[in-house]
Amino acid sequence: MSEHHTPLIRLAKRDAMARGQVWAIRASSFLAAILISAVIFLVMGHNPLGAFGTMITGALGKNTAIRQTVRIAIPLLGTALAIAPCFKMRFWNIGAEGQITAGAVGASYFALFWADRLPQVPLLLVMAAAGAVCGGLWALIPAFFKARWGTNETLFTLMMNYIMIGVVKWLQGGPWEGRPGSQIIPQFDSAAVLPKVLGVHCGWIIVLILMVVMFLYMKFTKQGYEIAVIGGSENTARYAGMNVGWIIMRTMFLSGAIAGLVGFIVSSGADNTLHAGVAAGVGFTAITVAWLAQLNPFAMVAISMLLAVLEKGASTLETQLYVPASISDIITGIFLFCMLGCEFFINYRLILRGGHREGAVQ
Amino acid sequence: METVHAIELRHITKRFGTKVVANDNIDLTIDRGEILSLLGENGSGKTTLMNMLSGIYLPDEGEILAEGKPVSIRSPGDAYAHGIGMIHQHYKLVEVFTAAENIALGLKGKGHDRRTVAAQVQAISDKYGFGIDPNKKVYDMSVSEKQTVEIVKVLYRGAEVLILDEPTAVLTPQETERLFGILRTMKADGKAIVIITHKLHEVMAISDKVAVLRKGKYVGTVNTADTNPQKLTEMMVGHAITLNIDRPQAKYRDLRLEVKGLNCRSGEGLPVLKDVSFQAFGGEILGIAGISGSGQKELLEAVAGLQKAESGHIFYYPPHPKSDIAGRHVPVDKAGEELVGKTPGQIRKVGVSLAFVPEDRLGMGLVGSMGMVDNMMLKTYKDAPGPFVDRKPPRELAQRLVQELEIVTPGISVPVRRMSGGNVQKVLVGREIASTPTVLMTAYPVRGLDINSSYTIYRLLNEQKLKGVAVLLVGEDLDVLLELCDRILVLCGGRVSGVVDGPAATKEQLGLMMTRVGGGEEESRHE
Repeated sequence: MSEHHTPLIRLAKRDAMARGQVWAIRASSFLAAILISAVIFLVMGHNPLGAFGTMITGALGKNTAIRQTVRIAIPLLGTALAIAPCFKMRFWNIGAEGQITAGAVGASYFALFWADRLPQVPLLLVMAAAGAVCGGLWALIPAFFKARWGTNETLFTLMMNYIMIGVVKWLQGGPWEGRPGSQIIPQFDSAAVLPKVLGVHCGWIIVLILMVVMFLYMKFTKQGYEIAVIGGSENTARYAGMNVGWIIMRTMFLSGAIAGLVGFIVSSGADNTLHAGVAAGVGFTAITVAWLAQLNPFAMVAISMLLAVLEKGASTLETQLYVPASISDIITGIFLFCMLGCEFFINYRLILRGGHREGAVQ
Repeated sequence: METVHAIELRHITKRFGTKVVANDNIDLTIDRGEILSLLGENGSGKTTLMNMLSGIYLPDEGEILAEGKPVSIRSPGDAYAHGIGMIHQHYKLVEVFTAAENIALGLKGKGHDRRTVAAQVQAISDKYGFGIDPNKKVYDMSVSEKQTVEIVKVLYRGAEVLILDEPTAVLTPQETERLFGILRTMKADGKAIVIITHKLHEVMAISDKVAVLRKGKYVGTVNTADTNPQKLTEMMVGHAITLNIDRPQAKYRDLRLEVKGLNCRSGEGLPVLKDVSFQAFGGEILGIAGISGSGQKELLEAVAGLQKAESGHIFYYPPHPKSDIAGRHVPVDKAGEELVGKTPGQIRKVGVSLAFVPEDRLGMGLVGSMGMVDNMMLKTYKDAPGPFVDRKPPRELAQRLVQELEIVTPGISVPVRRMSGGNVQKVLVGREIASTPTVLMTAYPVRGLDINSSYTIYRLLNEQKLKGVAVLLVGEDLDVLLELCDRILVLCGGRVSGVVDGPAATKEQLGLMMTRVGGGEEESRHE
């Protein structure tokens, strides 16, 4: 048979791979990311080994560095946990950014105006509850429209982000403005600030508890089961007698509430105030975290730490080696690309021309 | 003196992944002026083999010879260049185009303007007696007309070898006869024709030779005249098997469901069920026949509470107090409990169960990404108190079903999507039966199943009937309905065109009722 007629490269779907092989592919993609970044460093005139060393020591070298890295990871993990049930349901909530911000607004209201009326613990609890309720209600709006009229949740949740960020800008310059003309909301009273545990605000304990609760919720509760069924097949869910619209709204409220709680943690624990950039892109980065972790809450811890190390390491590069910010962004991008891209090779294999016989041997 | 074959396949092997061997070292010859049936159970590799001829897949090993010369077929275009055309199960037509426009679609070069194409299509149509109008839009066509357009499309492109994949699956008996007439004319014209099928009586009726595949391997080719359905089945299955379906008599036969003047509209607001009235009895299998899309699905869904009834009534009567299934469900009004207006959950508690096997098998009824255990509790997960699911009963049920129905799976937690079609269906039907229903509704339960599994399903349905369950069975294969059902309800365009007695009815009678000769079809289209 005229062998040269077969295409040079073909794609074929793989059978389920062995666990070891999967991890080998992931490890090699990580290695590839390091190699590509090394080339970039070389081109920029830096010693790659030195640069990676700077990144690692910058992120994990000293206790203070570790604390800062953990501070970056906390909202990432929390938000990834928030969007996990939505994604499991195949409801593409990309509005975590707005839900975080909404939660931060709710928490800030009590931090700014109730700090003198309540002692610290009740105040923080009220702030947390307000954050969760505000985030949840903000998420409920697109869910209601989706359940009632089948609107596209992706666009809807995305646009809601900008509205909420706009609201905070208005608060900053208007009713909640501190010193007139400053466009800044004043710092919270110390009673409204999350206490520190082991040098980092106690948000890390909250998200770790959330992680366990979310794992149990998704795996062992009736509600978690309903979410999985809807994600698998909406028709089947309806056929089983589930009220799909109601479940969508309930799950989105939960998702928004957790994102709102993250908003409370960030504004109270890290920023000690409210500003328009409170979410700082976490709502989007968390999608990457959730996806890479394949919605497994425990894997999310590792992934969010990894991304935090990358981010902290990249910013150390900027300050210590004077690498331009754009280059550290490129390095982060290369790592994400390789990590996401390797999933392709886990699902598919390439067959080179004439190479099909080796497949036959296995 | 060896004659040159139109197509010769030598040692063809095709693998999917490393474990699945769809075709294993297959040799096959196709000759002009002959109709060859490619027979085999689902999953035996018939379609895969023919897809390699039509340029959809590339063989991993072996060679293809056209008119004695080795060829490489990398695309449907290559296939046409060698005179090979395939008519797939799912038609690939643009609804808003006319027949001629669809036929010319994708052809390059001159001479394919609308008028020339229409004239040539007319010529082909006249030659073989297709009787199609080149300027008719596809959305105005019946299924059989669409199929004809596909055949003309292939002929227009100069195909000498025609491959038809399960061409009769969607046709009425009358339409099937017509198609066979056309195939015979084409055969007389010297075309080589391959039809892929698993229906034995059709094989006997139309083909000159039968090539049998079993589990991806070539079993052999026999002359149709020298064989019979029993022998062919043995070749297909690999061992002797009885082909009779029982129709036992149940002890109690009592009214279970009474549907009166039921009207339903589809999501787009079109009427899908019109003034439907019928009765279903416990201890009886009521077959529901009709051209696909005549309201079968909506009827079952309306009874299950998944489809909103616009008007009409569905009354449910409790089972005979002495039958096995009495007293297992919530008590109902003995004078007839109205089901219209109840939620699917309430209807399920009464004992009405729906096992619908959709075309893709998984779209409704099962969640493909979940294992058997999680699929078992789909309708019962709420029954246990508290916020947590109890996976113990579904796990036990899954294990029981695996044993009783001989379900082949690597494990009860493996996603059902990874199981074969027959096993998936056993899971679905088994779950519904496990809920000890009083009304068991099932649609296409043997769709895509091998012969052994099909007979297992028929046996299960008969068992339910003997227990006093009212079984409603929507089926595709009229021969099976006629053998299995006590009565058959025929739907046409959302209306009941009649109810006939299973033992007395004939296939032709059903075929006529399905199209309701005398305007039933027309009426439904213009409403």
